[in-house]
Amino acid sequence: MFVPCERGGSSASSDFKGFTLLMPAVSVGNVGQLAIDLVISTLGMTKVGYFYTDCLVPMVGNNPYATAEENSVELSINAEVYSLPSKKLVVLQIRSPFIKNKYRPFCQTLLSWVKSSKCARVLVLSSSHAYQRDDEQLLGTPLRYLLTPDLEKAVGGLMQQLNWKEMEKVAAYPGINDTEKVLHIPGGGITKLLFTESCSKGIQMAVLLKFCSEGDNIPDAFALVNYLNEWLQLIKSEVNTSSQWKIPSSWRLLFGSGLPPALF
Amino acid sequence: MATFFGEGVVAPSRAGVDDEEEAREETPEDREIRRELEKKREIDILWTLKSGATTESCADEPFVCSKFIVAIGRNAAAFLSSFILDSVCWEAVGVVKLWNEWCRTSSTTNVLPTDSFCLFYRLISDPTVLLCQCSCYVAEDQQFQWLEKVFGCMQKEGLQVTILSTCPVADYKTQESTLTLPSPFLKALKTKEFKEQVCCPLLEQPNIVRDLPAA
Repeated sequence: MFVPCERGGSSASSDFKGFTLLMPAVSVGNVGQLAIDLVISTLGMTKVGYFYTDCLVPMVGNNPYATAEENSVELSINAEVYSLPSKKLVVLQIRSPFIKNKYRPFCQTLLSWVKSSKCARVLVLSSSHAYQRDDEQLLGTPLRYLLTPDLEKAVGGLMQQLNWKEMEKVAAYPGINDTEKVLHIPGGGITKLLFTESCSKGIQMAVLLKFCSEGDNIPDAFALVNYLNEWLQLIKSEVNTSSQWKIPSSWRLLFGSGLPPALF
Repeated sequence: MATFFGEGVVAPSRAGVDDEEEAREETPEDREIRRELEKKREIDILWTLKSGATTESCADEPFVCSKFIVAIGRNAAAFLSSFILDSVCWEAVGVVKLWNEWCRTSSTTNVLPTDSFCLFYRLISDPTVLLCQCSCYVAEDQQFQWLEKVFGCMQKEGLQVTILSTCPVADYKTQESTLTLPSPFLKALKTKEFKEQVCCPLLEQPNIVRDLPAA
């Protein structure tokens, strides 16, 4: 699945032992993917490979993180891996939706790759439909976290310190039986599947998600990436952290081309 | 999505995975139906051998290919028909048979421009030059299969691939309005291994290419 880039013949760039894998779920508002774009763009991460997979809709374009003419001509596809060894961070970016019936095989292959590359833990950035919140969830922070039991042992205390809110479970049969609770992440794409599979496979995984709706999701992406930063401290958190993240050049024209002057 | 006051509408999620879909377990009947549908959506490539017979398998010997030109979509296919293909210099060597909700191709090489087809031609004077005219729509779930089956038959060393395709001008993202853009215009994407001169400007971000040309 993972195909490393040839960079000067060094195979060290695809050694992820002990690294933290950061990845998005394709979810409502594409918030996880936008947040990942901010991480890759701000930290100037280097592409180390891609996933050769038939599970995602194909797409290709030129370098979405280009800053100048010279670095704008590298091709970029739907699932690519970037790394920053100094922070022991490896990032997967997913740029297109899943092909029907293919999300399960993708999750299986992804989690096997996580195990075989010996990543220490996986962080999934995701989102969930804001309109599905209950009365209590409407108040307070729209950000939530989840930890698999294996990661809970390692960092559970930190979550208390950060004063983070765990994603609430909902009744399996609302109105009929309120005692049986299940995890429900509407609009979260593969988030729930990845999480439940990681729980059963003993993988250290955390999910960071934001309640949001479809629209201009750039502010949601900033909120999510700042939430992530409270934990990972990827950049120095100052008072106005929004200005610390670098918006990639591919975010231009998110809502289409310029308007024809004849309209006015 | 027009609604009347008071109507509750479930917003489609970009996540693409419906909760209903993931919660439901697959019964043996579901599995059987899914398998039958997958079989129906399989792609077959029929190659014409020197002897005139057709074969599906090219596993015996992948053919040597130095240049592979693929025209995807009706416009690109028409371009090849008008300016490149003729019965003197090119011979038909293969056809793709596929079915999806949008089109069905047949196994004949004798097609009309209005048909949906996917044909392979070889340059008679240099049999390592292959051309593909694909006017049919290859669905998302068939694109990878198409790739693997077509490229699986070729010896890929020293292979140069050129993909011709068209997109609506309205899809092009630019600072000015697309209404005032002089069209049609050419843009290109190339891999870093392609060292030759490109005949037109490269496609700028945030524009991307989708579907079979992207695959």
